[in-house]
Amino acid sequence: MSDVPKPEELAKVDHTSPLITGWMNSPVEIKKGVACYAGKPKNLEYVGLPNPREWSPLDEDWKLPDNWKEIILDGLRERLERFRSLKIFMDICVRCGACADKCHFFIGGGDPRNMPVLRAELLRSIYRREYTTAGKIMGKFAGARDLTVDVLKEWWYYFFQCTECRRCSVFCPYGIDTAEITIIGRELLNLVGLNIDWISAPVANCYRTGNHLGIQPHAYKDMLDFFVDDIEEITGVKMEPSFNRKGAEILFITPSGDVFADPGTYTCMGYIMLFHYLQKMGLDITWSTYASEGGNFGYFTSHEMAKRLNAKMYAEAKRLGVKWILGGECGHMWRVINQYMDTFNGPADFLEEPVSPITGTKFENAKGTKMVHIIEFTADLIKHNKLKLDPSRNDNLKVTFHDSCNPARGMGLLEEPRYVIKNVCNNFYEMPENTIRELTFCCGGGAGLNAGEDMELRMRGGLPRANAVKHVHEKYGVNMLACICAIDRAVFPDLMQYWIPEVGVIGVHEMIGNALILEGEKERTTDLRSEPLHGMEEVEEAEEVKKEEKVEENKDV
Amino acid sequence: MKLEKLLLQNRTIILKRWLDSILESYSSDTKRFLKKQSDQFANPVGQTISKEIGNLFQELLEGVDPARLSPILDRIVRIRAVQDFSPSQAIFFVFQLKGVIRKELNKEIRENRLSDELAEFESRIDDMALIAFDVYMRCREKIYEISANQAKNQVSRLLQRAGLISEVPEWEPHQKETT
Ligand code: SF4
Ligand code: SF4
Repeated sequence: MSDVPKPEELAKVDHTSPLITGWMNSPVEIKKGVACYAGKPKNLEYVGLPNPREWSPLDEDWKLPDNWKEIILDGLRERLERFRSLKIFMDICVRCGACADKCHFFIGGGDPRNMPVLRAELLRSIYRREYTTAGKIMGKFAGARDLTVDVLKEWWYYFFQCTECRRCSVFCPYGIDTAEITIIGRELLNLVGLNIDWISAPVANCYRTGNHLGIQPHAYKDMLDFFVDDIEEITGVKMEPSFNRKGAEILFITPSGDVFADPGTYTCMGYIMLFHYLQKMGLDITWSTYASEGGNFGYFTSHEMAKRLNAKMYAEAKRLGVKWILGGECGHMWRVINQYMDTFNGPADFLEEPVSPITGTKFENAKGTKMVHIIEFTADLIKHNKLKLDPSRNDNLKVTFHDSCNPARGMGLLEEPRYVIKNVCNNFYEMPENTIRELTFCCGGGAGLNAGEDMELRMRGGLPRANAVKHVHEKYGVNMLACICAIDRAVFPDLMQYWIPEVGVIGVHEMIGNALILEGEKERTTDLRSEPLHGMEEVEEAEEVKKEEKVEENKDV
Repeated sequence: MKLEKLLLQNRTIILKRWLDSILESYSSDTKRFLKKQSDQFANPVGQTISKEIGNLFQELLEGVDPARLSPILDRIVRIRAVQDFSPSQAIFFVFQLKGVIRKELNKEIRENRLSDELAEFESRIDDMALIAFDVYMRCREKIYEISANQAKNQVSRLLQRAGLISEVPEWEPHQKETT
C-alpha cells in the first residue's frame, strides 16, 4: 500500500461525505453480547497496568482516576509526537467513504460507528478539538468535540469492536490504516485502566508462565506426551520431541492454542510428525516449555506490552543458544514479528539468518527477525520434493482456505498455504475472489475479541466470512475450513456452529500429518482425529468392535 | 383467488416496498449500503434479505407450509438475531408486508371487494410471524449455547482430563485492598 494516492485513484474518490451528521450527538449504548468483560485487577497488577479495580462496562461509574482527561490528552500528545503515521492518519482523511463499507463488523452488524472512517473519527474528533485551530474555534462544525466520559466510553466500546484486521486500509486511497488508530486508541484507554478481561488475563498469564492459559512447563510437556501417544496409536510410530535442549539448531515456538485447544491440538500433532520425519534428514529442533506462546496479546494492549512479551521468545532462543526460530501456524504473532520485532527487540544478532537444514534454502525475508513461518518452511520442503505424501488420506475432506488477516495482509503469505494444501489434499475449492487473499474477511474474533460474552458481536463480525464459506459449501460440498492461524482455529468452530454447522475447522499441518508417509508406519485406518479414513469405515468399525471385546474380556477376568 | 392474481401482477413493486420498509430498521448510511451494493459477498445482509423476501412471498401465495417457510425465514432471522434488535424488532419485517400490500393495492382491493381474501392472506402472514418467532428463539438459544460452551471448547479435551490449568494467583496488593 503506498501512502500517496495515484491521481486516477483520487479522481475516482467521491468527495462528498457519506457520513450521517449527528452521530456525535447520539450517545452510545453499551450492550450485553457485544461488550466484553472488564480486565480483572489481579491481572493488571501482575504486569503493572494502571488503575486496577473491579469495574463493569455495564455500570454507570467506570471508576476512572480523577485526572483521567489529563492522562489521555497527554498520552495522545506524546503518541502524536512518537508515531508520525498517527499524525498523518489524523490529518489526511478526506472522508471519501471508500473504506466505509469494507469492515466486517459494519457489513454484518450494520452499526454505522463500525464504518472504519467513523471508528477513526472517534479519536480524530478529539484530535481536532485539541490540536487543530479550526477544531478549537468551530467545534462540531469542524468535526471536533470535547473529550468527556461518554466519549471515552464510546472509544472503549468501539475500539474493542475492531479486530485490527486492516481490511479497510486496502481500500483507502491514502493508505490510512484504521487498525493502527485502534491500536493507539486501546493504548490510550489502557492508560486509565480501560481494557477487557480476554486480553489482560492472557497477558498476565503469558508474562508469568509464558503462555495465555497459564499452563506450567510440566503440563506443557505432558500435553505433548499425550499427542505422542495418540500418534503412536494412529501410525504405529513412536516419536520423541525434545524440550528445552541447549545447542539445538532451531527453536520451535507455536501459539499455546495449538497445544491446549481443539482443533489446534491436531495441528500440533502434525508439527510433531513433520519434525520426526525430518529428523533423519538432519533437522535439529527443540520445543521450549518456557517460550510456550507464539501469540502476543500484549500487542492488543500497548506497544510496550507487546515488546515485553515478544522479548521472552528471543530470551529463550538466546538461553538455548539456537541459530534461528521456527514459528507455528499463527496470525498476529507474525504481524508482531514482521512489522515490530526488529524495532522492539532487534536486531537479534545472536541468531543467524535462517537456512533450511533440509533444502539449504535461505529465508532472506527473515534476515532481520531470524524467525520463519512454518508454512514457508513446509512449502519449501514440498517444492524440493522432500516429503512423501499421500493426499488420498485427506479424501474425506473438501477443503476451502481462509486467509488469516495477518499472514495475508500483513506479510503476503498467499501462495505458500495454497501450495501446501494442494499437495496434501485432492479436493480444494477457493471462496469468491473478493473474500480471499488481500481482501480476506476477518474471522470476527481477532485482536483479543474471541471471548464468550461478546458472542453476538463475533457472529456479526464473522458473517461475511461465513457467508462465503456457505457459498462453497452449497456449491462444492466443502466440509472443512482450513487456516494457518491459532486464533482462527479458536474462533471458527463457534462461527461455523452458528452459520454452517456442516463445516469443520482444520490447520494446514494437520492435513500434512494425515498425508505424511512415515518410515515404518502401519497401515493407517484413521486420521489424526481418530476418525476413519475414506474407504476405511468398515475396517475401523471392526477394529472398534475388537477393542470393545477385549475390554469386555478383561472385565470378565 | 383474485387477490392472488393481483399480488402476482404487483410482485415487483410489493417486494421493492417491502424491502424498503425492512431497511428502515437500519440507520440511513447502513440503509444506503444495504440497498446499493449488489455483490452478495460484499453485502450479504442486504442481498440475503432482498432475495429471501421474494421466496417468502412466493411461498405465501401457495399457502403456509412451515417446513418450507422455516428455512427461508431462518436465513433472514439468523442475521437479525445477532444485530442490534430487540426480539420484536428482529421479526417485525414479517408484519410489514401487511402494510405494504394494503397501501399498494388499496384501490384495487376496494374496487374488487377483496377484503375477505385479504383477511385470509393476512392470516397467512400472521402464521408466518409465529414461525419466525420460533426461528428467532432457536437462533438466540444457539448463541447462548455457543457462548456458554466457549470457554470449555477452547480448552482441549486432554487438558481438562489432566486438570493442568493454572491461573495467575491473586496478587498481594489487591488482596490487601479488598480485604
Ligand atoms: S481494521 Fe478491520 S475491524 Fe478494524 S475498522 Fe478496519 S476493517 Fe474494521
Ligand atoms: S480513511 Fe481513507 S478511505 Fe476511509 S474515508 Fe478516510 S480517506 Fe477515505
